[in-house]
Amino acid sequence: MTILTAILTLALIAALFGLLLGYASVKFHVEGDPVVDKIDAILPQTQCGQCGFAGCRPYAEAISSGEAEINLCPPGGETTMLALSDLLGVEPLALDAEHDDIPEKTVVYIDEETCIGCTLCIQACPVDAILGAAKQMHTIIESECTGCDLCIPPCPVDCIHIKPVKVEPDTWRWPLPDHVSTAPQAG
Amino acid sequence: MSLNSRHLWHFHGGLKLPSNKAVSTTRPITRALLPKRLVIPVQQHIGEAGKLLVKVGDSVLKGQVLAQASSYVSASIHAPSSGKVVEIEELPVPHPSGLSALSVVIETDGEDKWIELSPLHHPNTKSPTELRQLIRQAGIVGLGGAAFPTAVKVNTGPQAEIDTLIINGAECEPSISCDDMLMRHYASEVISGCGLIQYIVSARHCLIAIEDNKPEAVAALRAVITEKALHTIEVVVVPTIYPTGGEKQLIKVLSNKEVPSDGFPSDIGVLVQNVGTAVAVHKAICLGEPLISRIVTITGEGVQQAHNMEVLIGTPMSELIEQSGGYHEDAAKLIIGGPMMGFTLQTDHLPVTKACNCLLVSNAAEQIADAMPCIRCGACATVCPAQLLPQQLYWHASSKNFDLVQEYHLFDCIECGCCNHVCPSQIPLVQYYRFAKTEIWNQERDRIKSDHARIRHEFRQERLDREKKERDEKLRKKKELLAKKKIAEAATKETVGATTDIDPKKAAIEAAMQRVKDKKSAQQTESSNEKSTQEQ
Repeated sequence: MTILTAILTLALIAALFGLLLGYASVKFHVEGDPVVDKIDAILPQTQCGQCGFAGCRPYAEAISSGEAEINLCPPGGETTMLALSDLLGVEPLALDAEHDDIPEKTVVYIDEETCIGCTLCIQACPVDAILGAAKQMHTIIESECTGCDLCIPPCPVDCIHIKPVKVEPDTWRWPLPDHVSTAPQAG
Repeated sequence: MSLNSRHLWHFHGGLKLPSNKAVSTTRPITRALLPKRLVIPVQQHIGEAGKLLVKVGDSVLKGQVLAQASSYVSASIHAPSSGKVVEIEELPVPHPSGLSALSVVIETDGEDKWIELSPLHHPNTKSPTELRQLIRQAGIVGLGGAAFPTAVKVNTGPQAEIDTLIINGAECEPSISCDDMLMRHYASEVISGCGLIQYIVSARHCLIAIEDNKPEAVAALRAVITEKALHTIEVVVVPTIYPTGGEKQLIKVLSNKEVPSDGFPSDIGVLVQNVGTAVAVHKAICLGEPLISRIVTITGEGVQQAHNMEVLIGTPMSELIEQSGGYHEDAAKLIIGGPMMGFTLQTDHLPVTKACNCLLVSNAAEQIADAMPCIRCGACATVCPAQLLPQQLYWHASSKNFDLVQEYHLFDCIECGCCNHVCPSQIPLVQYYRFAKTEIWNQERDRIKSDHARIRHEFRQERLDREKKERDEKLRKKKELLAKKKIAEAATKETVGATTDIDPKKAAIEAAMQRVKDKKSAQQTESSNEKSTQEQ
């Protein structure tokens, strides 16, 4: 008799928790993968595709599913790689040799003398930073340009050029002093 | 010297430094000569740059607005003298980067003619809001060095009740004496300005804090207070310890209260303003004059004559040095600000700005030795007036660990330079903190920009998808319509069958051909008519 009570009680408890879990999984269901969002938030959003994926989000998805390493983002540089290693709890990796430590920020500009108004660059721009219409001159909205350079290859007359972002007194950064810090010797 | 009866407190750390002020206070304030060219940077304050109101070729009068405050945290700039705008270009500004910024160049006409001023004789009849507006129009910024727009600072909001207004005349940094001389020579203006700010923020009482190495200034201000029988304004003599003049340090000394790490003095019922700012407020309200000049200390071993000058904003520094007898032959470095917090300038062909309180010319003897490794002596932590751990900040800043430096409260560092001064290894600690601060700000800007780019990219993706869907939908509808038509046609054919073999398509073609025929015949008749008229 006692054994029956025990089995029944346990079965009841199991059923109760099962229902509770089932309810929670419906009630607190999360759309999409939150880790992808977190990775995507770290990536620089240039949508340049230099990592080999179609944009920042696809790269984030690839990292999340373990298909890609964390050191493939040249515009993000070391900072992004370290932030990713911190977030995902993986060992930091060296950047590819060709990628500089601190990537120089650039934007592009259109040589308006040469532009023929073909709209190819407008179609290539991932952030709608190019203004223009067919057979009308195009121009780059500099404040919106992420420097991904995706507009350069489609241009049939090579009128899009890269220039570094201008440093203003407001955005200037103090350099790290030359003095190399060394930890004091023990003893 | 009569000391005050008020009880004072101490802030943590600090240094007793040789003041080196006597050399520049022996001579009275002289007015700098009117320069031929005035270069006025549009951005001389914390916040957004003003919006330009003048263009090249415009004639301007002294006090005319050149650029208007563009947003809430912004300040206007005014023509310091009358003349003609000859250039609006990017020109070098006094900034540690040595970079250029948009500046208005005025060629002065020597007449120094004012615009029409509207002085206020009875400011107490106006509301604080109206007076704040006057301060805003006058382009006043904090003249102690930070150059934060004063109109914003005195607008403490409805919930913050200001109990004490502190007027900062401590001037703790060695070598600088412009506030000292200002208090000696413009004592009644200082007191008037104090009264005005006190009225604007409705502070119960006002304390003017002055370090005990400026007895003349104390006496001058006390004389005015006694003469006017003011009961709510009090001069408090504070001990000379660097950096007593820091906002948070001064509050601690006077009230034993500490400003919260991420808060403002107004959170604890205190507002601090510099004495120079008080005079500027007096001039703006009582005389209607905007902020177009300031007092600058020219001092140091490397300059012939150390003194204080009243200088128009935009005057080239080279002319001030020239009017001070020029450089000594062993002059090595030109520093803007004092020896502790100032920075070295690459050239003296730079304009004086609203924040420029001192030009210090040091001589060759003051060479800095190479930095040695940190020996973990902890001297820096002992003197830090913000009670930080400079050593930890140094390690983490040098290894670019920007999360940790913020955990160690990097942004509470006031960059006073005490840690630098005592460091036996001569490590340029403050430069590490400045490096870390600007890097963190830069990362923040990048983050904002990438968030913005993400939103734009997602919008674009959405738009492309929508357009594709719309196109597909259109195509589908067209196909459907066509299919329907075909069915309908087939149906009509079937029902009407052989009885009427007038295909609607055929009928349409026939109608069109008929129309063409009609047109042709009409043309023929017309041309024949023309012919006949010509013949006639």
